[in-house]
Parts: sequence; C-alpha cells; structure tokens
Amino acid sequence: MNRRRFLKRGIVLGTTLAAGAPARAQAPAPDDPSKVLGGPMLPYGERSRFEEPVRMKSAAAKTDEMGGNQTPLADLFGIITPSALHFEVHRGGVPDIDPRKHRLLVHGLVDRPLILTIDEIKRLPATSRILFLECQGNSQAEWRAPTGKAVQQTHGTMSCSEWTGVPLAVLLREIGVKKNGSWIIAEGADATGNERSLPMAKAMDDVLVAYGQNGEALRPENGYPLRLIVPGWTGNINVKWLRRLTVVDRPYLTRMDGVGQPTLMPDGKARQLQFVMEAKSVITFPSGGQRLPGPGLYEVSGLAWSGRGLVRRVEVSTDGGRTWRDARLQAPVLRFAHARFSLDWRWDGREAVLQSRCIDETGYVQPTLRELVRVRGLESHYFNNAIQSWKVANDGNVHNVHA
Amino acid sequence: MSFGALLAAAGASSAAGQLPTYGVGRPPTAEEVKAWDLTIPADGQGLPPGGGTAALGKTVFVERCASCHGDTGEDPKYSRLVGGRGTLATDKPVRTVGSFWPYATTLWSYIRRAQPFDEPGSLTPDQVYAVTAYLLYLNGIVREDEVIDANTLPRVRMPNRDGFVPDERPDVGRTAKPRPATR
Repeated sequence: MNRRRFLKRGIVLGTTLAAGAPARAQAPAPDDPSKVLGGPMLPYGERSRFEEPVRMKSAAAKTDEMGGNQTPLADLFGIITPSALHFEVHRGGVPDIDPRKHRLLVHGLVDRPLILTIDEIKRLPATSRILFLECQGNSQAEWRAPTGKAVQQTHGTMSCSEWTGVPLAVLLREIGVKKNGSWIIAEGADATGNERSLPMAKAMDDVLVAYGQNGEALRPENGYPLRLIVPGWTGNINVKWLRRLTVVDRPYLTRMDGVGQPTLMPDGKARQLQFVMEAKSVITFPSGGQRLPGPGLYEVSGLAWSGRGLVRRVEVSTDGGRTWRDARLQAPVLRFAHARFSLDWRWDGREAVLQSRCIDETGYVQPTLRELVRVRGLESHYFNNAIQSWKVANDGNVHNVHA
Repeated sequence: MSFGALLAAAGASSAAGQLPTYGVGRPPTAEEVKAWDLTIPADGQGLPPGGGTAALGKTVFVERCASCHGDTGEDPKYSRLVGGRGTLATDKPVRTVGSFWPYATTLWSYIRRAQPFDEPGSLTPDQVYAVTAYLLYLNGIVREDEVIDANTLPRVRMPNRDGFVPDERPDVGRTAKPRPATR
C-alpha cells in the first residue's frame, strides 16, 4: 500500500490507530532523521508513534462503564504514572463535566455552609504532593491461583501522580466544623453518585481537594474537575467528580461503605470501614510476560509503597524467598508515594523465582499469600498485598507463579 | 486598610472561630441543599414521603431492572440480588441484598441514586420504595402486601444486620493487632 492510500485509510480507521495499533503499520521513519525536515510543532503534545503501552481493561470489568482499566506498570520508569496511563475504576462511566457549571457544596454540621465554584476553590492556598493511589481490588484475582499474565494484570490497578489542590483542612476551617462533626460524607457527580464516609481526623490531617494531576487539570477519568485525594487510603474513598461534602456525626454506611467494600472472613463476618492500603511491592522487571535474552547481569527493578507512610526498606529474593537482600531505594522516597527500588542480579541461566517485600515505617512486613489466607481465607477479595513471585524459566521467559 | 492588614484581621478572627479567612463562595439556599443532599444514612433519616409494595415493585422491576438482574433478581451476570442466605461462612459465599446487606435503607438510597444503570435517578420515590419492597419480598424479608415507606423501611431487620466487624488490620506479622478470641 502506498503512503497516500494508507493515509486515506488511516482517516477511516483513525480511532483504531489512535488506540495503539503497531507503529510498524505506518510509514517508516527516515533512516537518517537529520536529512529530512522534521514535523510541525503541536499545541498539545503526543508521545512518539513508536510508543505503544496502553491501559487494559481488567478481566473483572463487566462493561466499558463498570470496572477497572489497568496501568502498564512494566513499561513505565521512575515513580510517576503518566496521566493518560493512570488506572481508572468506575461503576457508572466517566461523566462529562463543564467546570464552569460544576459546584462544590460544603454543608452539614458547620457554621458557614458554602457553595464554591472551581475558580473559587483555586483561590484557596494550594499544595502539591506525590501520592500513590491503589484500588483495594488490586491483585484480587490472585488469591487462589496466579491468573494475571503480566504485572499490568496483577498490580495495575495502582498508580502514582503529583496531585495539586486545597488541603481539605483549609476548606473545613473556612466553613467552621461544629464540635459534633466527626465524619464527612463525600459525594461524586457520576452516574452512581458514589458517596463515602470519611473520618474527620483524616480529613483534618492530610486530605486534598484536588484539581491538578501531574501539572495539569485532572483527567476526566480521574475526577475532572475536582476530587478527593486521601493519602494511603483505598482508591474508592478518593471520591472523583466531587460535588458535595456533608459534615455529619457518624459514618453513614453508604452503599460502598456498608456493602461494596467490606471483606468477608472465614467465619462469615465482614470487616467494614477499612481504609489503609497496607505495605506492598512488586518487581516490574523482570516480570510476567517478559523474556530475558540470556544469562548475565540484570538490574531487578520495582515499586514499593505503604498506606501507613514511608517505605523504610525493600528486600529482594532471587531464590523463592529463602534468602533476601536489601534493594537500593531511589530518591525521592516520599510518604504515601511509590518508591522505586532496584538490585543488581547475575542470572546464571537456571530457573529462579524473584520476589520483593516492603517494610514500612511502622515495622510492618509485606506478608506472603499463605500468611494472609491463614487469617482471611479465600473469599475476602480485597486488600491482597501479598508478596508477588515471578519465575524466570530456563529459556528466560518470566511467569506469574505462587511460590 | 491595606490588603495585608485585611488578611491579618481575617486571620485573627478566624483563629477565634468567627469569620472565614478567604471569604470565597456563597451560602447555599435551603432549596439547593434539599436538591443536592440525597444521602440517606443507615437509620433512614431524610427518607422522603411516598411508599410502595412488592406487588407494584414487580412491575417496575421487570420493566426497568430485569434485563440485567433477571425477573427475580437472581441473575449473577451483574449483581445477584436475591438468595444466598446461610452461605457467608461457607467456601462458596453468595453475597446478595438478602444474605449480606446490613440495612434496607441502603438499598433505597442506592436504587434512587444509581439505578437503573443506564438511566440513574429516573425512578420516582414511590417507584424506588416499590422496587425496594419487591427485592425485600423476593429475599423473604417482608410480605408481598407490606407497605414500605419512610416509617417502615428503617424498621426492616436485615438478616445480616450483625454480620460486620471493624477493621482488624494489621492482622498478620509482628505488628499484628491481637485477634479477638471469639466473636
């Protein structure tokens, strides 16, 4: 096919191409780019047409509007997730919101209830923090057997961004919380009107009412124009498309508080109002679906994080957990953020099982799956922060295993 | 007064709990709060007037909800709503409105705000009460002719009302909380 005919077809197939069709199918790049006039400047930049990592819908996604879309962690560098690849989870699709019409109502047990526009919220003092965000359903398909082929499937409902917004404490001081105001109901403007109960102590501590993500406005799928960011806590309470904060005197046990989020224990009781994402880590290289070309020196690399604050140490095993070595932590290591770790490893070409475990500032050690199952059984679905095992086979192919 | 002095004055007042510091936004009207605040807590506070029975609810359910949940709420494709009683402590637990949900008021609140999936918020309060009654009836919790309204709904005793415990984590390793001996 000549270039002109291809371009013509490309227009017809435009959506397919934009969705990540292989760059090979397009016109080849010049052999010597310095001998050809380059392309034009663009108002809003695009990545190279040769870059292909994309989000992928999780196996549990029931429709295009309900479920998760996971981050390709193995293709990313450092600790920041590009906004276009940040994971998303919805139960009623992505709402289309005009920020000029959007309002935040803050009321309830307060002295001065307010309705604020986005511009008014931006007039309040802002702060920016690099924070991880993890859905409590991350790794939920891994309880019984290793099901995800790659780290995108096993751990991709998790990302890390720089978030910018107003500390919720500033807003709460602005409206004056009454003495008996001990919880806040936060509600989003999506088709499910997602609402969650947030304890006042956390709200006053470090929660953000965010409008910025990695230096620009939030992406629609991540809450545009306004969302809560609740450092270290389960994704769903970071309410997106935030339109209402109601100060109340008790948790309301909303649909997601009371029914959607609780985890079932072996005795039939369910744990309710769980918020913290416990310490966790995963090796992103080498990881499932990748292939080592041959024996030699490799830098094992991965991500660690803890909803209780700082990652203090990450240990890596290359023998299925028999022996452990301290990994290097790359600066910056920030509270409630991803930490990038790495370790030099000489692969001798024989089968090896690679694992990592995170130890946080509280002394909590990321557990094995067996330890978790012993206490929680196999029906709790959520909060699976078990050590992940990747088996490097003799041929260099890397597989998800339970070890 | 200079801008700095204004800020200082506002700051001093705010510290005394008297005045907002930045003075942004405007007070909402009572109508605005009423229209926006659709949150119903577990105890049913704020449930609106209206009511319905399972018999009426069946008509609405079959027309508006059954394509996803089946005529009797037992289709597991999206969310199974009916059955599963007595399964929670087994190795094949079935979580439904009847077997798992602690409060009937949550059902009302969720149907009003989030259902039907493709037309959220389109049911009238009477229809929401009726569909709620139908689902409670299918789960053997209320009678077919029982009127469900703002008075009766909060008094419905859900079978799994006492099935919940607080967060017990950290529950493994050396920083684990002591586990309750029995519960």
